[in-house]
Amino acid sequence: MTEQQPLLHMQGITKEYFGNRVLTDVTLDINRGEVLGLVGENGAGKSTLMNILFGMSVIVQTGGYTGSVSIDGKEVNFQNPFDALKAGIGMVHQEFSLIPGFTATENILLNGEILHDNIVTKIFGPRLKTLNLPEMRAIAEKSIELLGVEISPDTLVAEMPVGHKQFTELAREIHRPEMKLLVLDEPTAVLTESEAQVLLTSLRRLAATGIAIIFITHRLQEILDICDRIVILRDGQVVKEVATSDTDIGQVAELMVGRSVSAKSAATEDYNESTETILSVDQLWVDMPGETVRDVSLEVHKGEIFGIGGLAGQGKLGIPNGIMGLYPAGGAVILHGKPTRLNDPAAALAAGMAFVSEDRRGVGLLLEEALDWNIAFTAMQAQNKFLRPLLGGLIQWRDDKAIQNVATEYIKALDIKCTSTDQPAQELSGGNQQKICLAKAFAVQPDVLFVSEPTRGIDVGAKALVLEALRTYNRKNGTTIIMISSELEELRSICDRIAIVDEGRIAGILPPSATAKEFGLLMIGKVKSEANSHE
Amino acid sequence: MTRKTGFKDTISRLFIGNAVPIMFIILIAFAIPLSGFSSGYLIQEMVTRLGRDSFLVLSLLLPIMAGMGLNFGIVLGAMSGQIGIILVTNWGISGVGGLFLAMAVATPLAVLMGWIAGVVLNRAKGREMVTSLILGYFINGVYQLVVLYIMGKIIPIKNSAIVLSRGYGIRNAIDLKGMRQSLDKLIPLKIGDIPIPVATFIFIALLCLFIWWFAKTKLGHDMRAVGQDMAVAEDSGIKVERTRIIAIILSTVLACYGQIIFLQNIGTLNTYNSHDQTATFAVAALLIGGASVVRASIPNVFIGVILFHLMFVVAPVAGKELMGSAMIGEYFRVFVSYGIIAVSIVLYSWKRVKERERARRSLRGTKEL
Amino acid sequence: MNSIRRFIEKAGWPRIIIAMLLLSLFIVAPSVGVRVDQSITDTIVRFGMNGILVLGMVPMVQTGCGLNFGLPLGIIAGLLGATISIELGLTGLAGFAGAMVLAAPFALLFGWSYGKLLNRVKGDEMMIATYVGFSSVSFMCMMWMLLPYHSSKMIWGYGGAGLRTTISLEGFWLHILDNFLTVRIGSNFMFPTGMILFFAFMALIMWAFFHTKTGTAMTAVGSNPDYARAAGINVDKMRTISVIMSTVYGAIGILVFQQSFGFIQLYNGPFFMALPAVAAILIGGASVNKANITNVVIGTILFQGILTMTPSVINSAIQSDLSEVVRIIVSDGMIVYALTRVTRKSR
Repeated sequence: MTEQQPLLHMQGITKEYFGNRVLTDVTLDINRGEVLGLVGENGAGKSTLMNILFGMSVIVQTGGYTGSVSIDGKEVNFQNPFDALKAGIGMVHQEFSLIPGFTATENILLNGEILHDNIVTKIFGPRLKTLNLPEMRAIAEKSIELLGVEISPDTLVAEMPVGHKQFTELAREIHRPEMKLLVLDEPTAVLTESEAQVLLTSLRRLAATGIAIIFITHRLQEILDICDRIVILRDGQVVKEVATSDTDIGQVAELMVGRSVSAKSAATEDYNESTETILSVDQLWVDMPGETVRDVSLEVHKGEIFGIGGLAGQGKLGIPNGIMGLYPAGGAVILHGKPTRLNDPAAALAAGMAFVSEDRRGVGLLLEEALDWNIAFTAMQAQNKFLRPLLGGLIQWRDDKAIQNVATEYIKALDIKCTSTDQPAQELSGGNQQKICLAKAFAVQPDVLFVSEPTRGIDVGAKALVLEALRTYNRKNGTTIIMISSELEELRSICDRIAIVDEGRIAGILPPSATAKEFGLLMIGKVKSEANSHE
Repeated sequence: MTRKTGFKDTISRLFIGNAVPIMFIILIAFAIPLSGFSSGYLIQEMVTRLGRDSFLVLSLLLPIMAGMGLNFGIVLGAMSGQIGIILVTNWGISGVGGLFLAMAVATPLAVLMGWIAGVVLNRAKGREMVTSLILGYFINGVYQLVVLYIMGKIIPIKNSAIVLSRGYGIRNAIDLKGMRQSLDKLIPLKIGDIPIPVATFIFIALLCLFIWWFAKTKLGHDMRAVGQDMAVAEDSGIKVERTRIIAIILSTVLACYGQIIFLQNIGTLNTYNSHDQTATFAVAALLIGGASVVRASIPNVFIGVILFHLMFVVAPVAGKELMGSAMIGEYFRVFVSYGIIAVSIVLYSWKRVKERERARRSLRGTKEL
Repeated sequence: MNSIRRFIEKAGWPRIIIAMLLLSLFIVAPSVGVRVDQSITDTIVRFGMNGILVLGMVPMVQTGCGLNFGLPLGIIAGLLGATISIELGLTGLAGFAGAMVLAAPFALLFGWSYGKLLNRVKGDEMMIATYVGFSSVSFMCMMWMLLPYHSSKMIWGYGGAGLRTTISLEGFWLHILDNFLTVRIGSNFMFPTGMILFFAFMALIMWAFFHTKTGTAMTAVGSNPDYARAAGINVDKMRTISVIMSTVYGAIGILVFQQSFGFIQLYNGPFFMALPAVAAILIGGASVNKANITNVVIGTILFQGILTMTPSVINSAIQSDLSEVVRIIVSDGMIVYALTRVTRKSR
């Protein structure tokens, strides 16, 4: 390749969210016709980097960024995604952005329709121009053809298989003659293997026409198959930029998750493999949108802290949500040797399990209600605590005094910063809200406690406190804790064993002392696909 | 798919898709012989009522296209039209000229009303229908304030025939003698004994043509996109809120013209009641014609107007024959109007809940099924 | 300054404007020859008449079913109870109590099926409630003509079939609550102790209910259904209970209304009874998904106060009857305002 000016040049990009640095001095180049793979764990900064590129409003609203973005050597500063689109940068998101009742043609040219003039337009403006459907159809056809797939431009999107929807999205981006750079965020996540293969071939065809492509995926094999270069992000920094031919899957995986492990797990030392099994899960499936669990079997020992990790969308969050009855599930969950009823949150709670949801504001809290209610409610409803029977048990009267006492107790124990127990939960900071969620689960006094993403969206100081609270609770009460987290380091610092979930299945269970490479390979499904090929 | 099974499929789908109109046809088929009306009389009634009501019902189509549901706010347009008629009557301009002037005078008011409704509905996304209904009641209060207290006091009204004896406020009933059927009879034509309101039908045909053409414009196309998925439309750069406001403005203005056409046929303006049932009856007619909250077409309008009004004419007499009381029939037709709206909204909402579930399920992997 | 702003924020502009309006009406009243004591009496009586209907809004709002535009359903149950009680020849306290007891099964049945329906149409409750109300009222219009009532006090005298549009309660249970322990001061002030006590009793039951386990669960369902579900609560069951409660309160509410008003209004009578009740609770500071008994009391006093005062004061002042227009603008304006408030995103 001749020395030329790169198509896109991002120089020294640094971005902070509320004092939290998410990108540090990131520099990235991409040339015409090049396919660049962008990999990193969740929270490594991939999406923030792309948001900056597209001028998403969330960036401006949180104080902008430092560094520069240039296209063809000219510095740009997009104010919104439409500016980026005009400059020839397009993006295909993970979720489809299509109108179901429109045809492929109408979707490909959505808000970019080819229009006829007519008499009325002169008076009432361009929005009364009529659509030139034949010409639109021709453009759509050409765009689909460029991808090398066969989709009738007249098919309604609602009637398309998933793969065709993805291609329609792609066709929409590339129908514009000015398209230079295409960003694809996990485009193969919803596709079958053969569809994914077709897509990869299409992408190579596109690159051959001179379009540059940034390809974001966790499926490293795909990256190795089609990318020219790979950029690996970790903790907001580029840890490595490497030509595909100079690396292999193991190295990439290690770079992606690896970190010098300083916080050696103290729990590991007194962990005893031979203790009895408290919870066993057999062939669990859970229908949780975006976090489907397909076939999970595992055994959790009494008194341990069991970690479940894996990349986003692979199903790790589906496991607790399914066991606790929040999403349709099937299979067997056996607690204390007794099977529990699935799809019934009350049964799960009654059996002695509790759950701190990853969706703190959506599921975890009554935002408009006082803290004491938030803490006591689940225990009250599921276990009839904090109630006084009146008229010989005919009426279950709420014992406000007891509720307040238990709330005060936990607020003190967990050091929750609030004005009083009457404060509405929405007024607390993220970290303190999380502690309220913990208090709610502690108040149930469960035998098995599921904690899902306990440190998501809270600041560093609060993170340590939340983890400490969990560890203390585990030690003091002998409660078995199952912690689900996207942050491997967090799991390694507190858990006795860590299971990694990939594509809805357990890819493997490792001790926290296992190497980054071992974890990385499990996360990207390398181990599993090898195992499959032996079948 | 072979042609044979396709045919059988089409028939059964035709029945399921048009269950409501078919039910009404059966109902009416029983009621007509009971009522003892002659076919000549019924045909004449239907011709009259098609001319009278179609325009109003057509005004409901655009908001449905824009995904805003049944626009009960067309009463805002109806009230604008009535103010236009009151003013023109006050100025003493009659005939078809007065009619068009009334439309011209009412247009800016209808645009304003439509804009208000559009802005309000944009703030009540997801509950447009109930909001447009209550907004109609609210604006009715403002209308009464204007017509009953401000007209004759602040807005000068000289024509003593329309002013209350106390000196201000408009009388309960205004005789539109100059305007009565001025449009209907503009082009006189009689087939047999039945007078055909040719000019009115031309008007309605033009509106149908406009709606058909409008769906092919960029704006109409955008409306469909907004109606199906606001978020996707917004992401593609379509100005969603603006498009929704335009849909409501157009609907309101058309309803305003529709009400004027309606009133010239009736010949009397009941100042405080003429618009009361405008929305209910128009919506019920459209639904009886086979439309739903999210889908409505021009044929739905005409089938609906005919079926609804057949029932309307026939029910009291049939009730009298069957139950010995005309009131029963009258209550029955009111019940049907409200009932059909209730059932349609329930079915629509039910379907939406079901679809949401199905969409969720489609994300599920294939293995466990 | 800051505390004023906080107060305004908490009370909300519409409520403040309406309170100011009511206050100024009371201040102006004597100067245009309207007796304040008489006006206060009227306001209290109307508060007592409407209070329980407004109370009936609380359960459904609390469980997130929205404003109960389907209140006519409860009213119909009440009407059935009242007419059957008269048909059975019950009078006085027995008649009034009988009407309540007879209305109860209807209210339970209507509320239960209405609740089941609303559970299937989450997100559209208010629109469907409105039209369920409308269509059941018009359905009952036919039924009032067809049902086999015989009491000569209720059916059309001259050979016509069916019940009269208005039935006088004279000789049955007219003012049975109003006249209980009534306090009279002078010739213009009267305090309907019995009716207010009855309202207090009904409010107490509501208050107590929301202090039980089930009541607490209902509040949580309205506040965040996903949270409630995660705590093992059957969300649909709680919603159904709330709809049944609202309907029962509607039935009892209309009976209390009638004993003071003096007539049973059938046919189109219940058509628009939901709107004033909805408006009252909103004026009291409730939102589409949060309401309490204080909202009911404040809202009913303010709204009924306005309705009492505008005809008397404004008519005396400018010699024209603005009351109907004011009623429509205040009540429906308040509802539109509430509907356009941004609330928790619906899931």
